[in-house]
Order: sequence, then C-alpha cells, then structure tokens
Amino acid sequence: MSFGTVFKRLMAERLAFFSFIFLMVLVILSIIAPFIVPYDPLKQDLMKVMLSPSAQHWLGTDELGRDIFSRLLMGTKAAIQAGLFAILIPLCIGVPMGILSGYLGGVVDDIFMRIVDGIIAIPAILLALGITGALGISLWNAMIAIGIVFTPQFARLARGQTLQVRSEPYVEAAKISGAGAGWIMLKHIIPNIAPPIVVQASFNLSFAILVEASLSFLGMGAQSPQISWGNMIQQAYSMINMNAWMIVYPGLAIILTVLAGNFLGDGLRAALDPKYKKA
Amino acid sequence: MKEELLLEVKNLETFIPTPKGQIKPVNDVSFSINKGEIVALVGESGSGKSVTSLSIMGLNASAIQYRPESSIFFNDKDLLKLKEKEMRKIRGNNIAMIFQDPMFSLNPVHPIGRQIAESIVLHKKVKYKDALVTALELLNKVGIPDAKRRLNDYPHQLSGGMRQRVMIAMALACDPKLIIADEPTTALDVTIQAQILNLLHKLQKESGIAILLITHDLGVVAETADRVLVMYCGKIVEEGTVEDIFENPLHPYTRGLMASVPELYGPTKEKLDAIPGVVPNPLELPKGCNFVTRCSYATEKCSQNAPTLLKHPSGNRVSCWYPLEKEGERGHYETAATSFS
Amino acid sequence: MFLKYLARRLLYVIPLLFITTLIVFSFILLIPGDPVLALLGENATPEKVAQLRQQLGLDQPIIMQYFDWLKNALQGDLGRSIFTGQLVEEAVFSRLTVTFQLVVAAMVISVVGGMFFAITSIYYPNSWMDYVARFFGTLGTAIPNFWLAMLLVLFFSLKLGWVPATGFTSINDNPVDFLKGILLPAISLGAMGTAQITRHLRSSLMEVMNADYVRTAYSKGVKRWRAIFNHGLQNAMLPVVTTIGILFGNLLGATVVIETVFAIPGMGQLAVNSILQRDFTMLQGVVLVMIVLVIIINFITDIVYAILDPRIEY
Repeated sequence: MSFGTVFKRLMAERLAFFSFIFLMVLVILSIIAPFIVPYDPLKQDLMKVMLSPSAQHWLGTDELGRDIFSRLLMGTKAAIQAGLFAILIPLCIGVPMGILSGYLGGVVDDIFMRIVDGIIAIPAILLALGITGALGISLWNAMIAIGIVFTPQFARLARGQTLQVRSEPYVEAAKISGAGAGWIMLKHIIPNIAPPIVVQASFNLSFAILVEASLSFLGMGAQSPQISWGNMIQQAYSMINMNAWMIVYPGLAIILTVLAGNFLGDGLRAALDPKYKKA
Repeated sequence: MKEELLLEVKNLETFIPTPKGQIKPVNDVSFSINKGEIVALVGESGSGKSVTSLSIMGLNASAIQYRPESSIFFNDKDLLKLKEKEMRKIRGNNIAMIFQDPMFSLNPVHPIGRQIAESIVLHKKVKYKDALVTALELLNKVGIPDAKRRLNDYPHQLSGGMRQRVMIAMALACDPKLIIADEPTTALDVTIQAQILNLLHKLQKESGIAILLITHDLGVVAETADRVLVMYCGKIVEEGTVEDIFENPLHPYTRGLMASVPELYGPTKEKLDAIPGVVPNPLELPKGCNFVTRCSYATEKCSQNAPTLLKHPSGNRVSCWYPLEKEGERGHYETAATSFS
Repeated sequence: MFLKYLARRLLYVIPLLFITTLIVFSFILLIPGDPVLALLGENATPEKVAQLRQQLGLDQPIIMQYFDWLKNALQGDLGRSIFTGQLVEEAVFSRLTVTFQLVVAAMVISVVGGMFFAITSIYYPNSWMDYVARFFGTLGTAIPNFWLAMLLVLFFSLKLGWVPATGFTSINDNPVDFLKGILLPAISLGAMGTAQITRHLRSSLMEVMNADYVRTAYSKGVKRWRAIFNHGLQNAMLPVVTTIGILFGNLLGATVVIETVFAIPGMGQLAVNSILQRDFTMLQGVVLVMIVLVIIINFITDIVYAILDPRIEY
C-alpha cells in the first residue's frame, strides 16, 4: 500500500480529513502564535479586567486584564509539544526496543517485556507525576515524563508486529537466501510495524494533551508565566463565581484537539486496513 | 401414502434496494414440502437458497424486503404476514433450523444442556429442571455417548460431529414438523458427514419430520433427499424427484452440477466438466435466461426472453427453452411457454 | 484445575510486583544531582544531610537500597515522611479507604452507565438513545476530568446548591452525606470510564449480535431482549472485562486530579502534596500502594475472565 493510497483514503473519510486539517492548523499556530497574537498574552492591564467578549477582545480578558484569545493561541504550543513528545520519545526508544526484543527473543525479550509490563501496570498520570516529581517540576520535565509514559506501549506494539512478521514465510525465505538482520528489519519488519504505530501515535497525541493539561492543572507542568490550557483552567477556577467562561474556552480547546486526534486515529486505522471499505 | 401439504412457498420474491439498483436474492420462487418429506434445495453460494430458508424462519437481515405477492403458507397461516410475536411461537417449536457450522452456531459460553433446554422452556410449559431431563433424552436420541456427563459440557469440549448432533437435538427439542438444515455437513469431515446424514434420515423415518435440506453438495442430495429443487440466481431452474433429477437432468445447469461430481455420476472422465464462467453480478443479470452467460446451448432467444418453470413430460419441472435429452444433446422439445412468447 | 490456573497467574503477578516496585524505587535515580541536597534544599545542615542519606540508605549501592526498602515494605514499614516525619504506612492507609470509596463509586458509575448506554444503543439502533450513547462515547473520552468537575461544581454546587463543592464524608460515618459528597467527584472521574465502556461494549455487542449462535438463538424463538441479555452480553462482555480492569488503574491514577479539585483527603491528594513538598519517601509509599492495588485488580480481572469464558484453558 503506497503512501498515496493511504492519504487518498484518509482524505475520503470526512471526519478524519477535518481533524487532520485542524491539527495541522494547530501545529502551525503553535509555531507562529507569538507573532500573530493580537495582544501580548502576558501583558496585564488592570484597567481592563474581566471584560466580556468584544470586537477588541474576542473572548474577553482575564482577572489580570490579559487577552484570553491570545493566551488560548499561545496555549497550543504546550499542547502540541506534549503530543510530539508522546510520539517522538516512544518512537526513538520504544520502537527500537520492541523490534530488538521481538527479533532476538529469548532472555532479552523476557527481560524487556517484563519491564514493559511493569511500567504499563503503573497508571499513566501517576507515572508522569512520579517522574516529573523526581526530575523536578517544570514543563520540560513534564514533557519528558509524558514521553516515557507512552514508551512501553510502542515497545509492545513493535514487538508484537515483529514477532508476527518474523515468522512469515517470506521473511524465512529472505533469511535462507542470506539476508542479514539489518536488511530484514529495514525491508520487512519496519514497513509492517509502521501502520499500527501511526495509528497509535495519533491516539497518543490525544492522550498526551490530556495528561499535559492535567499536569499543568496540578501545577506540575507549565509554570506561570508559561501558558498551557491546563493552567489556564486552573487559574480560571479561582474566578469561577465571577466568570465561568474563562474555564470553558481552554476546556473546549482541549476537547476539540483531543477529538481531532481520536478521529484522525480512527480514520488512519480505517485507511490503513487492507480490507478498507469507504465509510 | 397420501401426501399431505406442510409448507407452501408461493411467488417468494425478496429484494435489497441498493444505490446501484435492486438486488433480488430470491426472484419469484414457488415450491412446497409435504409432511415427512426430505426436499433438497441445491445451488451455488449466492443462488438464494439461504435467503429462501431464512425467509421461512423470518430471520432474514432487515435490509431484505419482501414483495407483497410473496407468501409462505404453513398450517394455513402465511408466515410472512405473521406478527413477530406469533412467528416466535413457530420458530424452534414448529419449524426448527440446523446451521452450517456447529463450531460457531452454538453459544460458546453456555453448557449444551442449557442450550437445548432453552427452547423447551420457551415453548412448552415445563420447568427448567424437567427440560434438562428432556435434553438428556434428546442427546441420547441423537447418539451422543455418555450424554449425562456431556449435558454440562461446553461446545468447545465436543468434536465437530458431536456439536452437530447437539444442534440436531436442539432442533428436535419441541418436536417440530419441519427442520431446515442449512448445509448441515459442509463444515464436517467426510466420515462424519455420512453419520450426520444417516442420523437425519433415521429421525425423519422415525418421527415423520419433514426436512428442507439446503446444500451445494449433490452427494448429500443423492443419499438423503426425496425431491430436489435446483436454484440459480434466485430462481428455481429445475425441480423433480431425486431419481429423475439424477437420471435425467433437463436443465443445462443441473447437468453441469452433476458433471462436477465425478464419483457419483457416470464413468470416470478425463477432466471435470465444470460449468464454465462465473455467476453473473446480481446487479447486472442477463435480460433473458440467467444462465445464458454460461450455457453452451444458449441461443438468441435465451438471451432475449426468460423461460418459466414448467412441467416437462418426463416429470420434472424445468425452466429452460431447450431442455436436454438423455445424452446431453440440446433438446428438440420446446416448452409449452414458446407458444405464448 | 482452577487452583492451578490461580497459581499460574500468581506466578506471573509476583515478578510483576517485583519489577514495578523496582521501577518505583528507581524514581530516586531520576533526581538530578545529589538527591539528599535536592530534597532538603541547599541550606540543610550537614547533620540533617547525613541523617537523611542514611535514612534513605543512599550510602549503599542502589540494588542493596532496593532490597532493604523492599524488605521493610514487605513488613509493612514504608519509612517516615521526610517532610513531617509521619509514618508513611499510616498516612497512606488512612487515605486508602477514602480513595477506595471514590474509585469504587466511579467504577460503579462507569460499568452501570456504560452497560446501560451500550445495551440501549444496540436494542434501539438509530434511535435518539443510540445517538446519545454514540455521542457520549465519543465525547466522554475527550473531556478533561478536572474541567468536567469544575462545570459540575459550578452548576450543581454553586448555582443550585444541591451538593457540597468540596470535602468528603466516609460511608461509615453518614451514608447520605457520603452520597452527596461523592456524587460529583465520582461522576467526573467515571465519565471517561462510562464513555470507554460504552464504546467498547457497544462495538463488541454489535459484533456478537451478528454471530451465528445469536442467529441460532433466534431460530429457537428467542426474543431480541433475551438474545441480547442471555446470549449476547456474556460473550460481548469478555473483551470488556479487560477494559474494566485497565480502567480501575486509570481511575486510581486520575484521583490525583479529582481529589485535588474536590479537596478530598485521599491518596491522590497525598501524592500531589508529596511531590510539591519533595517528600520522596511518602511519594514512593503512595505510588507503591496504588500499584499493588492495580496489580491485585488485574489479577482479579483475569480470574473473572476465566469464570466468564469456559474456553480458557486452566
């Protein structure tokens, strides 16, 4: 299955298509937000505290007079970063570990998989919290923690696929005809591992954004003046009696992004399925 | 013995609306089953035999709709007009069904005794405990050794043949008048197939149950059936007693089917006389006879006008413009329908 | 036979416990620089530093430290809080019941709610109930639980004043207050679980209802309702049992957030406080107890699965 076919199928799934566009826009925003925000998201203006939405301040201002819309745009950075960490760290550590484990088998496999089982047994948030706590509280460390949390899943996935592919007749044949381990991994194992990893990566993105928001909400991630949707909600909570909308906006931003990741994952799963049927 | 009508299917026609047009899995099918008779419904997959049988049970997928002219009479009641609640009283009680693959047709998480007892409790006013006693008798009747211990076994603990015996016991649970057996031996080993067919035959002789045997295997038909219906593309193309059909098949399709069963019919041939071509796409059926694309005897007339099922002097009913003579030559006899066309 | 199966599962669980505790223990390795200085701050007196170093066993090789810690943990000694000097096991176990009540309440909501949504959605396909179930199953996994908690507090506590916004009453002290206090936290915690179970059970039931044995049941004259409950559900629940087991761990983890929002004095809150106070022994203790709980629940899940599925080879 070529990249082109998969892409075409993905674009045919309407929800996945819009989700893809939405996430791409967020990725771009996370880079260019500092240059396009209408107001400095950190600039306090005590003359303009808790304004209602208006033409000047689309979503109003917070208790320190900061423009909420600008802050929301700046919040994309932490969210997208969390998503990327949750994909890239597992990709760089988990996948090679899984392939190696599945390919070598034996004691290495046993030990690796026991460790993976052990990490997976720890609830994700708790693990992220523990790692952040040990490394020291900061957004950067929270990102690393999120990356580590998702690593064992990728390892397990990669291992399962490797085991499956390894026993395929065509791989056996390649081995008999003298193909080296590197060749087999490059030619046979990686192409087969890619589809489920891509799907899982999309779901990781969603889940990582939730974890990042939770950590920032608890004060274990983004530290003021850093902006994350999670700590925007936390800050707004103290004002809940005066302006509930301040909670609603960042919450909706989280929900939409997470939904987009989930829909994209569903769409990718359908598009990568060899028995694909148009939805 | 006087033949008493049990089930009469009249002008059964089903359709599935699709964006590309209608599909008719069953297209104007009429036949009847007498009490205590074994009728075989023969055809390839996609011929409409399963939809026909599920129509009798009222268990077709909801996408499949019936033409209003269709009727299925059983005990003077049109099954197609019955309310779901009344139909439920017939299912498993008066008409029971045996499915193809006993591996998947039994609930994997219930003991077999419970599964047999369930239909007894549903239809007869008995307690579950008494129903289990009946279930035990039924297991003995279908020849399951050590039935008492087997009662609490789960399907996965039984062999394929045993599972199919359980299915038969389940079908027999409420003394039905008719059992529909949908490919009852297809999923089984050849040696087991014969045992299951013998069992069905024995039960039919003992309790006078009529059986509608749905199969694509002519070997099964020859061993078991009294009468044969051959279906192709949703229509019955030939009908007759098992002797007539096997000794003198009139429809080229029936003959093709026969020819693809080498050990049963005629002297050994060099190669199988399989029917050439494939079953046409149900959305693009030929204008005339459905078999025209694969028939070596077809003429211009066949591709223009569809034949109807009519009585042939030899006794069979056949739907063909040029029914075959004994040696497989194209017939000179033309069905009476010609005079109307 | 069944006992043998139990023994085999236990044989799997024990090394798992071993490895997981090792992982929890090795968190301390992640502390950058000298952990004692990091924990006590730069201004700590040399005596205090030496004392903590000895208390944490940091003067020994890491693997020895682990076995010492494990030996003590097995005897119920989880050490003393670096911050308050309180016994960790006392602090953890006093909060265990609180968290347990919260998580069980959330599990009940998830399982009952999920089954309700999934079954009605299958029984009435394409009805408004079906759409509600599908909508909820999609949305529920995307809502941050703390955000949902705040909206619930805003509406039911601050606007309507029906239930308190914060606090916790144990079920043993006053069942009515318990219910009032636990309602919002349990819903916020259980929303994700409800959505997950709805999704999973719905798709599982949908598949099962097309299975041959369900058609067999219909051919016996079984009603749709009975076909779903008697024939479909037990089969459809099999894969969901695993989801429920995993869910327990997720909910337990999420108490960290929910207990903070509702100021519930449970283990989640304790975990957050220990991190903020750099109370490392306390954090180890909390995480250890939570993980042991998760592993026990997973063990029970395996047993339930084996009971539900007669095909499991013991």
